[in-house]
Amino acid sequence: MVSNEEKRAKDALKKESKFGEDIDLDAYDEGKRDIAEMESLEDLPKDTKTAMLDSGIMPSGKGRSGNFLLMDNSVVHSAIMGEGVELMPLRQALKVHDWLKDYVWKAVQPDTDKYTAETYLQEADGYFIRAMPGAKIKMPVQTCLLLKNRNTKQYVHNVLIAEEGSEVEVVTGCATTKGVEKGLHLGISEFFLKKDSKLTFTMVHNWSEFIGVRPRTSIVMDEGATYINNYVALKPVKTIQTYPTAHMNGPNGVCRFNSVAVAHPGSVMDLGSRAILNAPGCKAELISRTITTGGTVIARGQLVGNSPGIKAHLECKGLILSEKGVQIAIPELEARVPDVEMTHEAAVGKIAQDQVEYLMSRGLSEEEAVGMIVRGFLDVGIRGIPDHLKAEIDKTLQETDVRGS
Amino acid sequence: MLEIENLTVEVGGREILHNLSLNVMTGYTTVLFGPNGSGKSTLLMTIMGFSGYKVKSGRILLNGEDITHLPVNERAKRGIGMMMQRPPNLTGIKLKDLVRVTSKGNVDTEKVAEELDMARFLERDVNVGFSGGEIKRSEILQLTAQNPCLILLDEPESGVDMVSIEKLGTKVHDLLTGPTHCAGWREKSGKAALIITHTGQILDYVEADRGYVMCNGTVSCTGNPRELLAEIRKMGYQECIHCKINQPGLIKENIESEG
Repeated sequence: MVSNEEKRAKDALKKESKFGEDIDLDAYDEGKRDIAEMESLEDLPKDTKTAMLDSGIMPSGKGRSGNFLLMDNSVVHSAIMGEGVELMPLRQALKVHDWLKDYVWKAVQPDTDKYTAETYLQEADGYFIRAMPGAKIKMPVQTCLLLKNRNTKQYVHNVLIAEEGSEVEVVTGCATTKGVEKGLHLGISEFFLKKDSKLTFTMVHNWSEFIGVRPRTSIVMDEGATYINNYVALKPVKTIQTYPTAHMNGPNGVCRFNSVAVAHPGSVMDLGSRAILNAPGCKAELISRTITTGGTVIARGQLVGNSPGIKAHLECKGLILSEKGVQIAIPELEARVPDVEMTHEAAVGKIAQDQVEYLMSRGLSEEEAVGMIVRGFLDVGIRGIPDHLKAEIDKTLQETDVRGS
Repeated sequence: MLEIENLTVEVGGREILHNLSLNVMTGYTTVLFGPNGSGKSTLLMTIMGFSGYKVKSGRILLNGEDITHLPVNERAKRGIGMMMQRPPNLTGIKLKDLVRVTSKGNVDTEKVAEELDMARFLERDVNVGFSGGEIKRSEILQLTAQNPCLILLDEPESGVDMVSIEKLGTKVHDLLTGPTHCAGWREKSGKAALIITHTGQILDYVEADRGYVMCNGTVSCTGNPRELLAEIRKMGYQECIHCKINQPGLIKENIESEG
C-alpha cells in the first residue's frame, strides 16, 4: 500500500524549490550504496584526509565522542568513542528504535520540493545522533559527508535528538575527494531539541567548482532549549541554496545562527536562516557575513514573532570585492503580536576607504590592509565557533583569496 | 625634516589650505595652534596622504624627497606616523593583532599596553566602543608599535582624563626621545613631531621648540610655543591674525636662519 507520505512525495518530484536555480536531478548518476566499510578514517588517502581537515573533521578521531563518514550514498564508518551518546546510520537506527518513526520526516516535509521528495523516495541514509537525557557530552561528535565519485548524486537524511537536559556539539564537514569537481548533494537534517537541551552545530562546506548543494534543515525546539548554528563556506561551489529553520515551540528557547561565506567567481550562494518564535521569552539572533570576489551571494534571513515577549535580531552584512560580484541582502521581520522586540540591520558595499588608509598609515600595504579588514569582517560571523575549529577556519581564511577579480 | 612649500589643499571641492608653508626640523617638536576650522587637522591628514585631501598646488618634502603624491603606506614606510583625531572603527580586528602587525616584533606591545592601562583593550576590536580618551591611548599604543620618526599628533590630550594624561604624555615623551631606526634620519638629532594642541597640556610632557598659529587655512604667526600659548590665552586668536610676520617666505627664512 502506498502511504499518504509516499504519494505526496511522488507528486512533488517535479516541484521546483521556492529559491535557487532548478537542478536537473537526471543529470547525475546514482551514488554508490555498496562502498566497503572502513575500520579507521586514518586509512583514507592523504588528499581526502586533507579535505576533511579543512572541513573541521579530524581523521584521527582524536578528541571526538563519535565519528561518522558517509561516502556517496554508503555509510562507511560509524563509531562511538564517548559516553552518553548514540551514533549509528539512520536506517539501522530505525530498526533499533521503533519510536524513531515518530521523528523521521516530521520536521522536514517530504513534499517540500523535488529534492526532499527524491531523498524521501530513495530512502536515503545518514546519521542518527542521540544525546541521552541529562548527558553533558564533553567532546564533539563529528560527521563527514563526502562525495567520492564524479557526477554523483548524494542523498543524505540525518536525524538528531538532544534529549532533555543534554548538551552536545556536532561538527559536520562536507567535502569532495580530489578530482570530483561535479556532483550533487541533497541533505535532509531534522534536529529535535528537548526541554533544556543544548546543541552546538557547526557545518563547514568545502565543496568544489561544479557541485550543486541543496540542504533542507529544520530544528524543532522545546522549552528552554538552546541551539547554536555555525555555518562556514569559504571554498568555491557551483550553487548552494539553503534555508535552515528553527521552530522555537517552547518558552525561553534561545537560538543563534552565525554564517560566513565567500562567493568566488562562478559561485551562486543563496543562504538563509530563519527562526520562528512561537513561545514567550524566546530569543533569536541571526548573523551573517558574506563576501563576493566575483560570485553571487543572496543573504536571506527571516524572523517570525508569533508570541509576546520575544526578542530577535537579524543582521546581514556583505562586502563586494569585485566589479563582477553581486550581493543581495533580504532581511525579513514578521510580527504577528504587538509585544515583540524585533530588529534587523543589513548593509552591503565595498570596503571603507578610510579603514584601508588607516591601516596603511600604520605601514601595511593596500593588499595587506584589505586582507586584514576582510578577515576581521568574516571573523565577526564566526565568533561563536568552538575553539577547536577556530584554528582550522582561521587558517582557511588566511589562505582564502580575497582579491577581487 | 619636513618642508611644506606653498601648499594649497581642497577637501570636498572646497579649498581649506591656502598657499601654506612651514618646516619641521629633525629633532624639533613643533606645535600647531589655531581656532577650530583653521585647517590644522587638514594639514596633518594631507601630510599623511589620506585620500579626500587633494593637493592643488605646492609640495611636501620629506628629507628632500617629494612625497606629495605618495600613497599613505609609502609615507609610513619613510617614517611618518599619525595619531588621528577620529580614527575609523575596525570591526573584527583586534587591537592586539593590529599592534602585532605594526610592530613587526620590534616593540614589546604588551608592556606598552600595560603602561598605558590598555591591556584589557588588546582583545577588543580597534576603536569600537572606545571612549575619546581610550582612542587616544590606543593611538599612542599603535604609534609606539610603529615607532615613526616624524610624529603627527592631532590633539593628543583632548578627551583624556587627568590621570590618563600623565601616562599618555609620558608615552609621547618616550616616543619622541626613543631610538630611531628610519633611514635618512640622523640618530643623534632624534625624531621630529608636529602636534596640534588647544590647551597646551601636552607641553608639560614634551619640550616644544617652535609654534605656528594657523588661521583661515594658512600660517599667520610663528614663534616660541609657550609665548604663543600665553598670548592666545590672554588675547584669543584675534591677535594672531594681525601677527606681523605673516608672510610664509619670511617664516621660512626665519626658520632657516635658526636651523
